[in-house]
Amino acid sequence: MSVRVGKTSSAPAFPIAAKSVLQNEQLRQNVHNATNIIRGKRAQRVQEMPDWQQLRQSASDIKAHTLAHLDHYLLQFERNCERAGGKVHWARDADEANTIAIRLIRQYGGDGPGLEAIKVKTMTSDEIQMNTALEAAGITPIETDLADMIVQMGHDEPSHIVVPALHKNRFEVAEIFRRTMNLPDLSDTPQDLANAARHYLRDRFLRVKIGISGANFAIAETGAICVVESEGNGRMCLTMPDILITLIGIEKVVPTFQDLDVFLQLLPRSATGERMNPYNSFWTGVTPGDGPSAFHVILLDNGRTAQLHDERERETLACIRCGACLNVCPVYRETGGHAYGSIYSGPIGAIISPQLQNLEHSRSLPYASTLCGACYEVCPVKINIPETLIHLRGRIVREDQKTLGGTLAVENIAMQAAAKIFLNHRRYEAAQRLARTGQILFERRGQLTNLPGMAGGWTKFRDLKPIPAFSFRDWWKAREKTNAAREDVH
Amino acid sequence: MSLSAREEILGRIHAALPEEARDIAGSYASIPRLYHRTGTLDAHARLDLFIDRLLDYDTEIIQVQTEKDLPSAIERALQHFDRQRAIAPVDFPAEWLPAHASVQLDHALTVDQIELADSIITTCEVAIASTGTILLIHAGSQGRRILTLLPDHHICLVRRDQVVELVPEAMAAIASKSSSPITTISGPSATADIEMIRIRGVHGPRSLTVILYGS
Repeated sequence: MSVRVGKTSSAPAFPIAAKSVLQNEQLRQNVHNATNIIRGKRAQRVQEMPDWQQLRQSASDIKAHTLAHLDHYLLQFERNCERAGGKVHWARDADEANTIAIRLIRQYGGDGPGLEAIKVKTMTSDEIQMNTALEAAGITPIETDLADMIVQMGHDEPSHIVVPALHKNRFEVAEIFRRTMNLPDLSDTPQDLANAARHYLRDRFLRVKIGISGANFAIAETGAICVVESEGNGRMCLTMPDILITLIGIEKVVPTFQDLDVFLQLLPRSATGERMNPYNSFWTGVTPGDGPSAFHVILLDNGRTAQLHDERERETLACIRCGACLNVCPVYRETGGHAYGSIYSGPIGAIISPQLQNLEHSRSLPYASTLCGACYEVCPVKINIPETLIHLRGRIVREDQKTLGGTLAVENIAMQAAAKIFLNHRRYEAAQRLARTGQILFERRGQLTNLPGMAGGWTKFRDLKPIPAFSFRDWWKAREKTNAAREDVH
Repeated sequence: MSLSAREEILGRIHAALPEEARDIAGSYASIPRLYHRTGTLDAHARLDLFIDRLLDYDTEIIQVQTEKDLPSAIERALQHFDRQRAIAPVDFPAEWLPAHASVQLDHALTVDQIELADSIITTCEVAIASTGTILLIHAGSQGRRILTLLPDHHICLVRRDQVVELVPEAMAAIASKSSSPITTISGPSATADIEMIRIRGVHGPRSLTVILYGS
């Protein structure tokens, strides 16, 4: 079994990738503009909900309950989906899921060339790099979400969970469309660009007989799937083809239809700042005379079950992929999504990507945060992202300490020494005295501006106040002494 | 023999979760649901809210009194398009259709025939005031899914007493039919994928008309 999440295994560490994107003024401008707009809309739509906190709590409780009984609910979903004419497949990892999808497509479409599949936005398929696998098998995937089209046609990577092409502005999009759709006179107004997408995809929706989707929710009680969308491309992919393949991470199951009371209120307001997104589609298995005549579900593990052991890590599986934490994150807002080296970016990506791969890749991501807590505050399912970031940092340190290189690393030695010093007040005071003497070498106009070694990473961008000649502890001791002397006098 | 993927995944889940007495139904029932599940507005305020929300999402609204007014209301809605090629589900009440316009009923219409239509006329199951949403259960006079997808203009009849205030009230109203295909519709199709600017109309119907009728 090999867990793979997009291209994380070959991605550079966050600080290196961030350095180059920070030079790209246009990209930063685009990310700033877009995240500012969504943040404002979200805040407005959340504010008008008097029971927002109660909805968040119920959502968090429903997810915790479901994950604690995940096997039960997956089996119930499988039973009800198959009773309604669907077929459920299980995939341990990315390769197995892709193999199943390709086998199903070939079974339906034959071995000949020219097979096409229309796809509605699914992050999970990006996680398993399904498009690459399909292309290698001679099947052409056609992305139909406007943003996904932009990413696919521009040979780009998604930079946001909900708005994957948020890093591109209208001029850049127009350029890609003119080239790919062969429309040299296309204007760069968003309305014309959307019309071009409609025109380009229309005959593909009518012609292509194979559909691929993800899912926002799988309902155990009924075996139904729910897809949340805006453009109608989802409805097209779910309705028009003869065969539909839906890829679902195992954590997407919810117990009952009633649970969507909560999620259908939280998701659109958090994701796009709308009271409700234009379309939600629900379907259960196969309905004669309405929609695809064959329906397959692929339930994907790909590292999810390994997160169930630890309650802190399990909580990450509650994510409903709304992207609200990206839009408020002071780090994401500067770097955009590409610096994370994973299709899951931002605060939630910084905990999803390393956990799915059991810390084998994306190890720099838990550090790509200021721990300011804005992500936790907006999370509609109350995932405590800052706590999880700290938990993962701890795991990384402990793992590193087990290796010789990790034990001998300067940082580890320094931290171990610091821990010993902080444990004992005599050592602490001795260290202070030593530092007071040593810092004279680096003091400029009452500030430390150029410390050596690792501490230089701090003073490179910020000044540091020197340790004062007289510390609080010294002052306290002196005060006690004076008081005692006064007592003696009386 | 090696384990199947199904057995292996279920085995991993089982191994990861603590082995405790599993009263799953009891545990589920004890989840607190303190969010609002019933509305507080009176019928008048509820309809006003619904109309406000529909307008916010660029939905055209035609208000009439009774079922008798429906043919003329539908005729008005159809005047959007010069050619007026309209279709309706096979179970749509014939007496509600305008006498002058020829509306083709869905007697197993082909994809090409549906694609040629300008407008589709349906009823709905329930509607939500607070979000401006109409819910279709795809059967009877609400039509199969493709009917409300390909035509560029959707005319939906909403009886005033079908409008509830909150999302949970609508979900409760359709819970018994939740295994049917269901579409919830809030305004015309839209996207904000380019610079977060909301553009009306991508692949679904670019115009939505709601005809409110009844008491």
